[in-house]
Amino acid sequence: MDALVIHSPILIIAIPLLAAFLTPLISKASNRARDVLVIAALAFTEFLVIVLAKDIYLTGIHVYTLGASSPIVTIPEQYMVPVRIILEVDAMSIFAGIMSATVCLAGAIYSLSCVREETGKDRFYTLLLLLTVGQLGMEFTGDMFNLFVFLEILSISGAALAAFRTRFADAVEGGFKYMVISSVGALLVLFATGIFYAQYNLLNIAALAQAMQYTMLDKIALTLLVIAFLMKSGGVPLHWWVPDTYTPAPAGVSPMIYSATLACMYALYRICFTLYGVALNAATIGWIVIIAGVLSMFVGVTMALHQSDVKRLMAYHVISQGGYMLLGVGVGLAVLDNPEALATYGREAISGGLFHVINHAFFKGLLLLTGEALFYRLGTRDLNKMGGMARNMKFTCVFFLIGALAISGVPPLNGFASKLMIYEAAYQLNPILTIVAMIVSIITLASFTKVFQSAYTGPALSQYKDVKEVPMSMLIGMGILAGATIFFSLFPSLVVNTIIYPAADALIDQAAYINAVMGGV
Amino acid sequence: MATSVPTLDYWAPLVCLIAFVILIAVTYLFRSRGRKQYKKGTAQTEIFLSGEEPPDTEERHIRAYNIYWGFFQGLKRYYDPTIKAHSGIINDYIIWLIALMSITAVILTIVSLT
Amino acid sequence: MTGSIFNIPFLAVAALVGIALYIIMSQRNLIKLVMGITILESAVNLFLVTLGYRGGGVAPIFTNAPEGIMVLPVPQALTLTSIVIGVAVTALMLSMIVLTYRHTGDIDAEKSRQMKG
Repeated sequence: MDALVIHSPILIIAIPLLAAFLTPLISKASNRARDVLVIAALAFTEFLVIVLAKDIYLTGIHVYTLGASSPIVTIPEQYMVPVRIILEVDAMSIFAGIMSATVCLAGAIYSLSCVREETGKDRFYTLLLLLTVGQLGMEFTGDMFNLFVFLEILSISGAALAAFRTRFADAVEGGFKYMVISSVGALLVLFATGIFYAQYNLLNIAALAQAMQYTMLDKIALTLLVIAFLMKSGGVPLHWWVPDTYTPAPAGVSPMIYSATLACMYALYRICFTLYGVALNAATIGWIVIIAGVLSMFVGVTMALHQSDVKRLMAYHVISQGGYMLLGVGVGLAVLDNPEALATYGREAISGGLFHVINHAFFKGLLLLTGEALFYRLGTRDLNKMGGMARNMKFTCVFFLIGALAISGVPPLNGFASKLMIYEAAYQLNPILTIVAMIVSIITLASFTKVFQSAYTGPALSQYKDVKEVPMSMLIGMGILAGATIFFSLFPSLVVNTIIYPAADALIDQAAYINAVMGGV
Repeated sequence: MATSVPTLDYWAPLVCLIAFVILIAVTYLFRSRGRKQYKKGTAQTEIFLSGEEPPDTEERHIRAYNIYWGFFQGLKRYYDPTIKAHSGIINDYIIWLIALMSITAVILTIVSLT
Repeated sequence: MTGSIFNIPFLAVAALVGIALYIIMSQRNLIKLVMGITILESAVNLFLVTLGYRGGGVAPIFTNAPEGIMVLPVPQALTLTSIVIGVAVTALMLSMIVLTYRHTGDIDAEKSRQMKG
């Protein structure tokens, strides 16, 4: 078991990768074997992530050096800097890893029934496993170029999955736009990595953080990195691709593309807090992130109110809730060089942002699945044509209500707990931020009332008299996410104390990250 | 400043749930005191519109584009440019990216010079 | 990095990045857009190889190495990886353009869009 824990960082990345390459071979044998392989690989990855998480909360940061005589020998003898690729997993990485692994497992189980009628299923599952590898690799790596490689893996498989149902024209367009945006952003990240190598001869994040002198070239690299990752996270004014990509994606894939977006938000925080740390102008970059967050919240929700396509409405809410996360962590970033403000409300703001990340993964996944359930049974996503579905699809209606109340921040659900943390902490930086956040919450509730009224309530329309409830496996997928939402709502302090506070502390503590790799050098 | 927000006592989720259950019980109590002597299927359960014929369900149901119409009219000066900006053309997306990068670089340079 | 500001390869990188970004921002034809992305990728690869150069250096191969300093090998490894990723990205984007043409009969960015607002 000890050996499993020591080698788990690389196993978590390697097992889905191996399964991805075995999938086309095994599906020549039988479809059932392929399904079993995919679910088994993802379930084992989830198990390894939880085992590693338990060990990290007990013993601290884990490093894994690829190709060394022992995994913890980060700097070879007679060298002063690390020369191999190092995976470094601290509490923040494992928090993002838990979220990615869980969402990918749930998405794969949901996809088992959702893509039953599609052709080319072996390629679908290969891409799904590669998307998992991309996210987990981005979250665990400690090396800038490795970050670029996993970013590209994530983008390519995400774009291909979004465009999977090629019989719909808007699916192909959504995938194409995602690919163009991602490749331009990733090339700029590679340019920034080149700038780092040219100055410091180092690619390792911890070594760069130790050697960082904030020169003019470093400022250019910071600009490139922050804006490229902000674009991949869907922050306004770079959010234009989000509705086009989320709307036509197949149902089980939408939560996974969303957790890929969150992996890029994780990379943004890693760059700002750990790679630069206190070297950057914390107030400037922090306020840029805060303003991006506030604009995202407002533009996202006002555009969502205007939509008449169910899934496009929910995609705009992804932008809006992403604004809450950017606001929370941005407040923490803005006070990074002010230790007492950081201790009083900075840490709380970062924790609120991170708690909202994991809450949102659950209730947004649930809402996207209910939107796809409507599309599956009614054949249309247009709200102008729907009505009275609460009579026919009772369970979907209940799950939709849970998700809608959670996203609007109505107590006692989990959205309220994380939003309250963000409100209270942001208020102490500037009261206007909290006022905007509360107004956006109200407009969120308004837009979901619109969906509830047009799709679920109302008189029974004659054309939808024979519509039945969705199949049982889709209900199980929605039920898992609804159960997780309710669990997080009933025990918020348990979740926050176990997972969130260690992650926020790991993000703020740059010295521990550097020490885990550089030792005493 | 509260240490761990979810322990603020009167928002605690279990208390909220118990309050909700009590509210449901009270609502059920009120509903159970209604009149039970009505015949279903006769004119007693039809919609009453002062004697007029109620329109079909297709016309009666308020569609999504009608909801919040007043809000959109009131904020027309904000909505028209914003909706036009969401054009769907990929080149505009890259223009925004380059514009934002230049502005950020300029801001960082100015801040570091002062 | 020795030399003055007039290092020709770095100027070439700047020019290529500028041209590529101009193409991506202004060309509506989707195939020209993909060409712009390919030029941007070549520019970044050229940047990576150029930053490894040491004046008068030889290729970083140990067997029968001549005297003198060697150029840096790590950026060359990064460039190889980046070229391979670029091939995959270009192939995926071009196949998506083929499908867009089949659906809408047009490869103009403005005329073939299905979603807006």
